[in-house]
Amino acid sequence: MKQLMLGNKAVARGLFEGGCSFVSSYPGTPSTEITEEAVAFDEIYCEWAPNEKVAMEAAFGASLAGKRSFCGMKHVGLNVAADPLFTMSYTGVNAGIIIGVADDPGMHSSQNEQDSRHYAVAAKVPMLEPADSAEALEFTKLAYELSEKFDTPVLMKMCTRIAHSRSVCQTSERVVPEVKAYEKNIGKYVMMPGNAKKRHPVIEERTKALREWAETSDINRIEWGGKEVGIITSSTSYQYVKEVFGEKVSVLKLGMVNPLPEKLIKDFAGKVDRLIVVEELDPVIENHCKVLGLKVEGKDILPVCGEFSQKLIAEKIGGEVHERKSLDEEIPVRPPIMCAGCPHRGIFYTLSKNKCVVLGDIGCYTLGAVAPLSAMDMTLCMGASVSGVHGFNKAMEGNTDYKTVGVLGDSTFMHSGMTGLADIAYNESDSTVIILDNSITGMTGHQQNPTTGYNIKGDPAGKIDLEALCKAMGIKRVTVVDPYDLKECDRILKEELAAPEPSVIIARRPCALLKFVKHNTPLTVNADKCTGCSACMKIGCPAISMKDGKSHVDRTLCVGCDVCKQMCAFDAFEREEKEG
Amino acid sequence: MDTKNIMIVGVGGQGSLLASKLLGNLFLSEGHDVKVSEVHGMSQRGGSVVTYVRYGDKVYSPVIDEGEADFIVSFEILEAARWLKYLKPDGHIVTSIQSIDPMPVITGAAKYPENLPDKLKAAGVNVDAMDCLALAKEAGSVKAVNVVLIGRLSHYFDIPEEEWIKVIKDTVPEKFVEMNIKAFELGRNFKE
Repeated sequence: MKQLMLGNKAVARGLFEGGCSFVSSYPGTPSTEITEEAVAFDEIYCEWAPNEKVAMEAAFGASLAGKRSFCGMKHVGLNVAADPLFTMSYTGVNAGIIIGVADDPGMHSSQNEQDSRHYAVAAKVPMLEPADSAEALEFTKLAYELSEKFDTPVLMKMCTRIAHSRSVCQTSERVVPEVKAYEKNIGKYVMMPGNAKKRHPVIEERTKALREWAETSDINRIEWGGKEVGIITSSTSYQYVKEVFGEKVSVLKLGMVNPLPEKLIKDFAGKVDRLIVVEELDPVIENHCKVLGLKVEGKDILPVCGEFSQKLIAEKIGGEVHERKSLDEEIPVRPPIMCAGCPHRGIFYTLSKNKCVVLGDIGCYTLGAVAPLSAMDMTLCMGASVSGVHGFNKAMEGNTDYKTVGVLGDSTFMHSGMTGLADIAYNESDSTVIILDNSITGMTGHQQNPTTGYNIKGDPAGKIDLEALCKAMGIKRVTVVDPYDLKECDRILKEELAAPEPSVIIARRPCALLKFVKHNTPLTVNADKCTGCSACMKIGCPAISMKDGKSHVDRTLCVGCDVCKQMCAFDAFEREEKEG
Repeated sequence: MDTKNIMIVGVGGQGSLLASKLLGNLFLSEGHDVKVSEVHGMSQRGGSVVTYVRYGDKVYSPVIDEGEADFIVSFEILEAARWLKYLKPDGHIVTSIQSIDPMPVITGAAKYPENLPDKLKAAGVNVDAMDCLALAKEAGSVKAVNVVLIGRLSHYFDIPEEEWIKVIKDTVPEKFVEMNIKAFELGRNFKE
């Protein structure tokens, strides 16, 4: 049946049809839906792992056990999982392994714009790159065949525009290969120097064999058109090229971006007058062409930064640019913000009020950096808040001018905050870490994690007790606070900052968007009491604005968290009677 | 046929996903090639969000670029103005007149422009500006704003009304079908 399918769902469908039995992933935009959609298939065991490294190693274990497996992550997640990746390249697989990695050119929801293709080159593993949902489905199935035929994990590279666009797919039946019996093979799977030395040349030969395969595979195809310009491209860039030029140019469309073919590219280059590589981010294909001694254009005319579009291609290479309308008006920007009733707000207001140096982390709460709270000094990567505050405090050598805290979420703490806390406990810095426990992984769209007590299907699961865990790690001062209670937040923060030993504050309240969270009736402002002092504006709640010199609450947004009420010295916020 | 382009714009959390799903399913059932591109992740948190819907004989790019949109369907009037440069010179905007202050306006760092529907019209833009919240409430739920907008959009297409109704029935949960059809009709029959 033909249906419109999200790119990520098409990968999940490909996993199902391709006989995948095991999925372990860590959520990260734009990769998350692959795993969320795979859960719909009862034939596939799915789980959220605490981080990407764990997910990849679990997938490796499942492959050893003889089942086709998958792990999914965003581009920066592959940094975390790079360790197993590089050596899995040496061991190869028993049953097929696919590693789904989603890049985010344009940084719609990411802290950097790294190009995952470098990992494929560096780890010497093949990488497939689909250009729409139909290819995402087909390439996923093909990836398992390649994985087993060439004895290698296969990287499946998505990008935001392929992962998060729906296009037409044709589905078919699931085909499960026979389970590959587990066989002990120390020389292949135990990577100590003596064995790894023997495996390395095998990997070099494998790359040669894969390159041969790439020369003739139909996933690398030439679409002949005008021969004045020949464009080598892949992924969403292919779509922009076809959109702008149609049949006017010839296109070599690559479905496999590592290893890259040589003969195919040289033949194509020889038949066109002008050779251009159109690829987002880094010049990976272009550099390959240059190594082959070809005269090629690429990053000399197209940008390294940001994502492409049809307009950009038309402007840079020559095509029709459309006329557009405009309004002579300043349009204020609308950046993302913490939701009304977000439990993080109370903590960031308290940190801002106490002029703390805030070492931040990755999650919804990174929005604590946005005005008017502006309560963040650093955000680097998952877990860096904890290790960062430790290093900052050690280097300050007891200088008390800076009130420092590390702030991260429950899921991020499980991901890689724990190891930083071990550093604090072991090397004894007087650091305060605030764990924002909103009972969910928020930013990526509500995924369960080891602290929530539920698994990926929403069924009850093992639950890690954060208080007990921190104490077991050697932190004696562990306090829990309700982030809606501003007075208590302030008192506890001051107390823990003053304490001459490591401490953890757990700010606990579920995300206001969770379905089971019951909301209070919205507040209203009593205009007679409101003096227009705008003290309530300091918390940066999207439900509150100033209208005609008085505060105003947007009833469609307010969830009645009462944080604004605690800001008001004139008792102007009142609760409406519950409607019938 | 040439590829037709529809953009759905609004503020994160307003529910543009259902609108794009309805349109995608409709155009697919009409036998077209279709691509729908969405936004997930951080920008959904109250930021400016956009969904692209494209259909035709063969659709390549998943996104719509400046000067290419035949229609802009907007959940919020400032967002209609923000994305105006994506509209074709003879394109059409179908928008709710609801206004939601962005954070720079809330903090006083910027001003929310006034009388945007009039300014858009004065700039020669084809605009249907509707009080979608009121119409959705009339239909039975403020959550039906998306279907009110789709209703008005449907008025510009040569696709029989039954086809639109059918795709609503196929896409929304059964208990909300009646309310959504009412919202669709209120949008479709909107008169300024």
